[in-house]
Amino acid sequence: MSDSTAKLSIRVNGVPHQLDVDPDMPLLWVLRDVLGLTGTKYGCGQALCGACTVHVDGQVVRSCCTPVRRAEGREVLTIEGLSEDGSHPLQRAWLELGVPQCGFCQAGQIMTAAALLRKHPRPSLEQVEQSMAGNLCRCGTYTRIRAAVQRAAALAAEGSGNNGSKVSS
Amino acid sequence: MSDSLLSRRVPRRGFLLGLQLALGSAVLPLEAFGAPAAGTGKVKKLKRVAGSGPGFSPNVFLHLAADGTLTVVCHRSEMGQGVRSSLPVLLADELGADRSRMHIVQADGDAVYGDQNTDGSSSVRGHYDQLRTLAATARTVLVRVGARQLGVKPSECSAQDHEVRHPPSGRKVSFASLALLAEKEPLPPPEQVQLRPHAELRHRISADGLGEHLPLHDGPAYVMGKAVFGADVRRPGMLTAVIARPPVVGGQVLGFDEAAARQVRGVRHVVALPQPKAPYVFQPWGGVAVVADDTWAAQRGREALNVRWEAGPNQSYDSNRYRETLLSSVRAPGKALRKVGDAEAALAKAARRIEAEYYVPHLPHAPMEPAVAVAEVHGNRCEVWAPTQNPQAARKEAARVLGVPEENVDVHVTFLGGGFGRKSKADFVAEAVWLARELKVPVRVQWTREDDLQHDYYNTVSQQRMVAGLDGNGKLLAWHQRSAFPPIGTVFGGEPRPSEGDFQQGVLDVALDVPNVLCEACEAPAHVRIGWLRSVYNIFHAFSTNCFIDEIATARGADCRDVMLEVLGPARKITSTAELGVEQLRNYGASLDEHPVDVGRLRKVIERVTELSSWSTRARDGRALGLAAHRSFLSYVAVVVSVVQAPNGKLRVDEAWVALDAGRIINRDRVRAQMEGSVIFGMSLALYGSMTMTAGVTDQKNFRDLRLVRMADAPRAIHVDIQQSSELSGGVGEPGVPPVAPAIANAVFARTGQRVRELPLSTLFTV
Repeated sequence: MSDSTAKLSIRVNGVPHQLDVDPDMPLLWVLRDVLGLTGTKYGCGQALCGACTVHVDGQVVRSCCTPVRRAEGREVLTIEGLSEDGSHPLQRAWLELGVPQCGFCQAGQIMTAAALLRKHPRPSLEQVEQSMAGNLCRCGTYTRIRAAVQRAAALAAEGSGNNGSKVSS
Repeated sequence: MSDSLLSRRVPRRGFLLGLQLALGSAVLPLEAFGAPAAGTGKVKKLKRVAGSGPGFSPNVFLHLAADGTLTVVCHRSEMGQGVRSSLPVLLADELGADRSRMHIVQADGDAVYGDQNTDGSSSVRGHYDQLRTLAATARTVLVRVGARQLGVKPSECSAQDHEVRHPPSGRKVSFASLALLAEKEPLPPPEQVQLRPHAELRHRISADGLGEHLPLHDGPAYVMGKAVFGADVRRPGMLTAVIARPPVVGGQVLGFDEAAARQVRGVRHVVALPQPKAPYVFQPWGGVAVVADDTWAAQRGREALNVRWEAGPNQSYDSNRYRETLLSSVRAPGKALRKVGDAEAALAKAARRIEAEYYVPHLPHAPMEPAVAVAEVHGNRCEVWAPTQNPQAARKEAARVLGVPEENVDVHVTFLGGGFGRKSKADFVAEAVWLARELKVPVRVQWTREDDLQHDYYNTVSQQRMVAGLDGNGKLLAWHQRSAFPPIGTVFGGEPRPSEGDFQQGVLDVALDVPNVLCEACEAPAHVRIGWLRSVYNIFHAFSTNCFIDEIATARGADCRDVMLEVLGPARKITSTAELGVEQLRNYGASLDEHPVDVGRLRKVIERVTELSSWSTRARDGRALGLAAHRSFLSYVAVVVSVVQAPNGKLRVDEAWVALDAGRIINRDRVRAQMEGSVIFGMSLALYGSMTMTAGVTDQKNFRDLRLVRMADAPRAIHVDIQQSSELSGGVGEPGVPPVAPAIANAVFARTGQRVRELPLSTLFTV
């Protein structure tokens, strides 16, 4: 309703965007409906399920409840930007352990785990459970996610096939 | 992204002309797939469907291109069960293909593929031989033309690794070079087609007999955010609709503030939908749609609508009070559907009677992806993109809404962000189709989480009454069960009482080595839309039966496992309805000769799971084990869970063991994953899952008031043991769920001494 003509600037996966949108529009719908980045999912709209998880300046946010104005001038990282080719240690560990079932929540799970590994490169089980508590999986892949986060930590430590910059992005 | 379902959809239109099908039959004859008509040797050959370009197209599932690329159609919906990582492997291995040259496309909804309703845990068990026969037919042709090229006898050749080989001479010829020749070759009559021995199917080969570790075909697309789900479909000029639906079933719109909704930036249309009439089936739910440039605008427009509703007769529905209705129902005689001996007489003279009543509430589907569909209507034609479990039902419903023949509707199946039965209903597709026609633009209908929980086809609510009569030695003389629940049939206009077909799920098909048995179906009217949820009625029947066996064991001072084995009786294959004391048994669509009630197989998984979980030392170190077992969807599953209690009283499932016999399987890791997921799904419904209604309106609105298992609630380990089996395939997606809740309930009793006769546990305990 504001019909403000001022444009909003955000960077998503390194690409700058000038947006003419309602500044209260949640980041989720900007990503999905305006920018066409559909890897980030809608699951509840109330920050209860974690399917919409992205990073803003490296911090985990639930994009369904984050007005896009709060990302103004910041760097947004989505699943599409985590790696170019699926080589992030989490993505490799996820495939190695066959984590996904329907796959819908997995982008949010991986984005949450990516922020955890950046903060705690070798997280304890408690740290994993605490960090991942906001991410629901109705198919029930939790035991594999737990193992895959630890496996990714080991892969990242080995440094094999990973240029390092992705984990710290 | 080349891995998306959409970019590889089957070019259907125009390719099926001239095809004559026996539509409407439950199992299509093989000639429907382009295989030879039985006995005649005459071939009804389809035009290319599976792949485009020059090559060999023996049927609608396979296409071998001249460059050797093998296109395989997956006609069942992918919703996390891994069907795209299973059925195509079966086709490729029967053919003798190199799987790395296989390219999978997702079928549109079309009866040409046979049954596509991805439901009832039936993708492997229902299609195993049929798909193999199609691939074997194609292989027979390739071997014949290959042998001709090599100048040798076909009987001396084999097909492996994308080659036809002649072992005596060591010569070989590639599939690629045979594709165009094979296309000109007539298909062989069925008597000339032989399936490979099972041991020759590559995926079956492994040291432990459980088969190869197969990759997750769509894994890379999932972890990179590139898999296209229903909600991810974008069409040029597409608008997004969010709908305010009647909060009470049968309610009507009295009025709404259209102007306020239109003031929201981005809102383009405000449209009232037609009022549905009972029986509701898959009709749109009615209400008012706000259609906008984006989802956010549509949601805000809906908030501004301020719809005034006439709630209608179901506003009297209070699910807590309804428990009394169900209780009265099971405390009076119902319709006897299973009868052996004279249970009432035996109970009258029993030395000891044990009685218990069990309650399981309405349960939600709550797939992580709420319902969504995209539709585009051009004149009398329509295209749909949807995460549907049942693309043929979606096609039929779209055609009904538009008043056009089904042939005018194309339904493209996307990935499903979970299904669990919710997405086999076509209501959300019907909404999109109706709006797209009305507005003459492509429309995406997006359900919010609130819509999903408030307007579900809920798993039904049930009350069971169980009575057992024991003789002086504790031996079971009589088993009397009454079950009341509003059946799914009520959505289709059926009776408000369970039928034989409903009772097949865990009442009529339970092996009971008891001389007097009586099972009665009791009346229960429906006040909400009822639907099937992963394992359906088995959920509460397995709950009551397994909990009751534990109660009998406790009353006798005996071990639950021993009493369970005693009640089931000796290993035997029950192939007669008379032995079960029933007139008919649907048996998940299979004959009892093919799929008997095999007590030996159920006993074996019980023995296995109790061995793995060290059942004999079950109560120690502050934890307690609980056991349950159940046959459903023609598979046999036993579950043991360990329950621990924190000093503050909070109960927790810390470990689980599952033993499964599903007959022959294709993809062991996906089977394992389904069992792991079944434990979590079963835990959610056992511990927290409950949908309640006040004044006809569902109380739960989002994950704040519907709790589901989260990572910290999940067991530290879920051990899955798969029986190596050469039996016919059973189901996998559902049969793991039913034993989970009663195993937890029995473990909680073992730990706390308090009986659990209703779900969820959160109403009784801190969990």
